[in-house]
Amino acid sequence: MLAGNRKCITARAPEKVGEGARAVPLAGHVGFDSMPDQLVNKSVNHGFCFNILCVGETGLGKSTLMDTLFNTKFEGEPTQHNQPGVQLKSNTYELQESNVRLKLTVVNTVGFGDQINKEDSYKSIVEFIDTQFEAYLQEELKIKRTLHSYHDTRIHACLYFIAPTGHSLKSLDLVTMKKLDSKVNIIPIIAKSDAISKSELTKFKIKITSELVSNGVQIYQFPTDDETVAEINSTMNGHLPFAVVGSTEEVKIGNKMVKARQYPWGTVQVENENHCDFVKLREMLIRVNMEDLREQTHTRHYELYRRCKLEEMGFKDTDPDCKPFSLQETYEAKRNEFMGDLQKKEEEMRQMFVQRVKEKEAELKEAEKELHEKFDRLKKLHQDEKKKLEDKKKSLDDELNGFKQKKTAAELLQSQAQQAGGSTTLKRDKERKK
Amino acid sequence: VLPPWCFVTPGQRNLNLKLFVSQRNLEGYVGFANLPNQVYRKSVKRGFEFTLMVVGESGLGKSTLINSLFLTDLYSKDYPGPSLRIKKTVQVEQSKVLVKEGGVQLTLTIVDTPGFGDAVDNSNCWQPVINYIDSKCEDFLNAESRVNRRLMPDNRVHCCLYFIAPSGHGLKPLDIEFMKRLHDKVNVIPLIAKADTLTPEECQLFKKQIMKEIQEHKIQIYEFPDIEDDEDSKLIRKIKERMPLAVVGSNVVIEVNGKKVRGRQYPWGVAEVENGEHCDFTVLRNMLIRTHMQDLKDVTNNVHYENYRSRKLAAVTCNGGVDTSKTKNQMTRSPLAQMEEERREHVMKMKKMETEMEQVFEMKVKEKKQKLKDSEAELERRHEQMKKNLEAQYKELEEKKRHHEEEKSNWEAQQRILEQQKLDASKTMEKNKKKGKIF
Repeated sequence: MLAGNRKCITARAPEKVGEGARAVPLAGHVGFDSMPDQLVNKSVNHGFCFNILCVGETGLGKSTLMDTLFNTKFEGEPTQHNQPGVQLKSNTYELQESNVRLKLTVVNTVGFGDQINKEDSYKSIVEFIDTQFEAYLQEELKIKRTLHSYHDTRIHACLYFIAPTGHSLKSLDLVTMKKLDSKVNIIPIIAKSDAISKSELTKFKIKITSELVSNGVQIYQFPTDDETVAEINSTMNGHLPFAVVGSTEEVKIGNKMVKARQYPWGTVQVENENHCDFVKLREMLIRVNMEDLREQTHTRHYELYRRCKLEEMGFKDTDPDCKPFSLQETYEAKRNEFMGDLQKKEEEMRQMFVQRVKEKEAELKEAEKELHEKFDRLKKLHQDEKKKLEDKKKSLDDELNGFKQKKTAAELLQSQAQQAGGSTTLKRDKERKK
Repeated sequence: VLPPWCFVTPGQRNLNLKLFVSQRNLEGYVGFANLPNQVYRKSVKRGFEFTLMVVGESGLGKSTLINSLFLTDLYSKDYPGPSLRIKKTVQVEQSKVLVKEGGVQLTLTIVDTPGFGDAVDNSNCWQPVINYIDSKCEDFLNAESRVNRRLMPDNRVHCCLYFIAPSGHGLKPLDIEFMKRLHDKVNVIPLIAKADTLTPEECQLFKKQIMKEIQEHKIQIYEFPDIEDDEDSKLIRKIKERMPLAVVGSNVVIEVNGKKVRGRQYPWGVAEVENGEHCDFTVLRNMLIRTHMQDLKDVTNNVHYENYRSRKLAAVTCNGGVDTSKTKNQMTRSPLAQMEEERREHVMKMKKMETEMEQVFEMKVKEKKQKLKDSEAELERRHEQMKKNLEAQYKELEEKKRHHEEEKSNWEAQQRILEQQKLDASKTMEKNKKKGKIF
């Protein structure tokens, strides 16, 4: 229990609080040395929260390791290899150990490394991490906010599972870790390390570390600035990446039941430090540095995300004249710009419409004109036809008249002839009678 | 299991945590029970800060009380306290000291208000105090709102000790006015100063009267929160009954019955500072420093500062904080989300406008086209009719012509027959004539 280890810590200016203050001696016991305890009591009452992200190919024993680390059975069935893309599944559990309550969220990548084309595999992971940051940022920026009761979903630690090939990192590993190292604390671990012999393991670790360094991947370093844990942390830093074995099954060794994996040639004991680094991982991740992981996430990774996001939106700390902006001014300026933008868009749309209307009107007018012309032409045709008909009529009438005259004349002649003929006939008859 | 200190407004405690989680039992050692130690370690490394404000008329023993509380000479020859300086107007002065104890470092800021209540006309003497508190909140708000944030020192006022003169009667109008104006900006702890001028009975009555008046005026003083622990909560209730705390301050050590105590020597005896039967100093010190210092900071951060912040931001982003239902909605969003929402609204509005305009446009075009079509149909029809008319006339004409032709050819045929007859007749006559005149 570290509480008994109370050393006098000398003041370290200027990054520590307390600059500009003069030191005064106390004439007795005042009692503010209980402040850390008050703080601890408040934290314990509030409960703690920790979020782990497990990234690794299907079948590397991520779920088993989580079960082993936290001595409990977490979710579901093992996943298949036929996932179309990388998805993230998150589960939250409430654990309690002595008087400490922990809200643990375990996020697993599903289908990582299963696709033929893995170029975009890292994207859904980055997106997930960013989404948690965004949620916190939104809450932080609200006008009425409740930060102290906010359930923090930001990822505090990312365990990156490396396949135990014994050779080197896969390019997928390098690419993914490079994309994640500025967003989350990465702790690389060699999964299923009972497949690697001790000598191979040393070489493997060296290769991995050198590859990480040469590719500029920044993994999480256990902090060495606090003298109470500096030593153990720096030793452990040298053991990274941890080679772990996970198992929830128990085997009897001597007269104890221990977590182990039983092979025909022997039993791998999970908690035996000669067999694997599981204990080291548990020590570092949970017992010693959990709080530091949370702190780094908040003060480094989240701040970076926030800074980038705000800069993207055009927020600055000082204006061109190097006068610091107050929050209000920044918001107001942003807002005015934004409103102006909207107005402009609206105006543009209106103009476009007016233009369209004009165009359409012209079109229709044109069509109308054409129609009228067409019918004018038809009308003319019709007139012509009519005239022709009139002419024909007239000629027929003339012919009729002519015929009539002829007929009349002929009939007159005939009647005259008949009369004459009749008189001739009469004469003949008369003569006959004589 | 509820966090007991968690509350939203002073005097009102509620909890608002709803999460979908499942319980799991551990089957062995994990190690996160060590988290509190990690927190402890880090907090010691970081060090602590606390800002305490004392307000009251001069001569009420404020400086002495501070010195007694922190067992130090905050104000010494080199750093004389405000009481030794004559002030014409209300000042707000801060002194920052660094104190260490048991490995824990505390940066203590004492804010004094010399001149408070000392003038003849004390209207608005609380204003400099309010301004100071607000300016510290503003500093914090600006630091918190920067794009590049660094470690932010917390200089906000965490607690305000308000000194009430031991009149024995009740609160003065100035006391009431001050507390009413400050109870929603800072944790106010009223104290009865120079309590050694009151007998226990007088003190009891005085306390009762003060609490009554505080309740009457709906002043929300800092409430020591209840603790889960039964034992402690009994203690807390006992303490609550002693509010407001009556204090005596002194750093002079006197020997009483062989014991060295701090106290004030009178001809009739020694008023001991740390004797619970003499005054409530120990209660105050224990509460303020040993058990509730963190809570005072938390309430300042979660309640008073948040109130300040939301008021300030609402003024900027929501029509100057005018309370409408729209504003209420806006308050639960961050300004960025607010702008995003407005943008979305605008996009929808534009879409709607666009579809509306489109509809009107289409309708008008349709109308016009229809009209055009109708007139075209009309013209067609007329043209057809005329054509038909013409055709009819043509037909008629043809018919007439044909008829005429027929008639003509008939008549001509007839004429020919007649002619032939005539010819035949004349031929016959000729024949007859030739045959001789028979007759």
